[in-house]
Amino acid sequence: MTAALETTGLGKRYRRRWALTDCTITIPAGRVVGLVGPNGAGKTTLLQLAVGLLRPTVGRVTVLGGQPAESPEQLGRVGFVAQDTPTYAGLSVADHLHLGAWLNPRWDEDMAQERIGRLGLDPKQRAGKLSGGQRAQLALTLAIAKRPELLLLDEPVASLDPLARREFLQHLMEAVADQELSVVLSSHLVADLERVCDYLVVLAGSKVQLAGDVEELLATHHRLIGPRREPCTMPSDQEVVGMSQTERQSTFIVRCDGPILDPAWTVESLSLEDLVLAYMARDSEPKRQRRSHLGVVG
Amino acid sequence: MIEFHLDTRSGVSPYLQIVQQVRRALRLGLLHEGDQLPTVKEVVARLAINPNTVLKAYRELEHEGLVGARPGVGTFVTKTLSDGSVVAAHGPLRQDLKRWLGKARRAGLDDESIEALFRDTFRSAEEQGVA
Repeated sequence: MTAALETTGLGKRYRRRWALTDCTITIPAGRVVGLVGPNGAGKTTLLQLAVGLLRPTVGRVTVLGGQPAESPEQLGRVGFVAQDTPTYAGLSVADHLHLGAWLNPRWDEDMAQERIGRLGLDPKQRAGKLSGGQRAQLALTLAIAKRPELLLLDEPVASLDPLARREFLQHLMEAVADQELSVVLSSHLVADLERVCDYLVVLAGSKVQLAGDVEELLATHHRLIGPRREPCTMPSDQEVVGMSQTERQSTFIVRCDGPILDPAWTVESLSLEDLVLAYMARDSEPKRQRRSHLGVVG
Repeated sequence: MIEFHLDTRSGVSPYLQIVQQVRRALRLGLLHEGDQLPTVKEVVARLAINPNTVLKAYRELEHEGLVGARPGVGTFVTKTLSDGSVVAAHGPLRQDLKRWLGKARRAGLDDESIEALFRDTFRSAEEQGVA
C-alpha cells in the first residue's frame, strides 16, 4: 500500500536556522496521526512541506506516492487546514461553499450542505461573525467536502474551548469513519489527540524523537521504579528514555520489546502523555547534563 | 441500543473499555440476542475516538462469539450472557451488599478502605477457589 506521507532526510532551513532536520518517517495510509511537539518544534514546517507550501532545503517528501502540489490532481487529493482554521472574514458561509465548489474538482456539494445544516450555520452569515468553534467547523467542512485522501490539520483545536474542541474532533472522526481518510493533525497538547490518533510522531528541537503505532508504543514502554541503580547497569535490551534519581530510588522510563523480569522493579504502564513528555524532555535536557549521562553510559 | 462512554484516566485502553461495556451489558441483560450495537460512525461521532478503536473492539467481540457483523447492516448480538435467574439474583445480592456497606461505614471505613477491603477479599477468595 502506498504510504500517506513519506520523508527521507528531509530538512528545512530559514536563513540560518534549521526548522526541521534529518526527518525520515513513513506514515501508513488509513491512520489518524498525531504530530506532537512543543511550539517551534517544526510541526508547521513539516505539514507545509507535505502540502507543498514550502520546498525542502534538503531531502525528499512524498505524499500519496507523488510530489506535493505537483499537479492539480495531486492538489485535489490533499486537504489542508492551516493553523487557527482561517476563513475569509468578509465572505459568507455560502460564499465559502461556492468557492470550494469552484476550486475543487471532486467537491461534494451535498455533503457540504448537509454538514452546514447539521452545524446550524446560517449560509448568509459572514465568516468574520462566526464563533471560533463555528469557524473551525466551516474550515473542516471545506477540507472534507473536497474529498481528499489525506487531510492535514495544523493545530486545529488549539484555540477552541473544550466543548468546541470535542465537537470538532467528533466531526473529524465521523469523516474518517465515512471516507477512509488518512489524517495528520498536529498539537502541542497530547491530551487533545489521545482519543483520536492511532499513530504518533513526536517532534522536538526540529528532530523526530519518536514515531510509531500508538498501541505498539504503549506496549513497549514501561516505567520502572525500584532501589537506586545506575543507568549503565541496565540490560542492553532496555533503552533508557528518561530517568529520575533520588539517593535511594530510581525511576526509569525504558523501551523494551520483551517483558521486564527483574523482580526488583515495580513495573507500571505509561499513559500516552507520559510517553510523549519523556521523549520531549530528552531533547530539552541541557547539553552539559546530557553529555555526563553519556559519560556514565559509555 | 446501548451507549458507550469512555474514562480516559482509567488506564484501560479505549478499545478494551468498549469490549467490557458490551460484556457488562450482556451480563446485566441490557443487551439480548439480536440487538444491534451502535454503528462505528455513531460511536465515533459521540465519543470523538478513532474508528479503528471501535472496529478493533467489535472484532474482538466477534472473535469471542458474542456478536456478528452483517455487512452493510451493522453488528448484532449473537449470544446472551445472562439468563433470567442470574439477573433475578442481582436484586437480593445488591441488598446484601448495601447492608454490608452500611456496616462498613458504621465501623468507620472510608471509601478507599472499603474498596481496598473488597478487592483484597475478592482476590484472596479467588486464590482459595471460593469465587
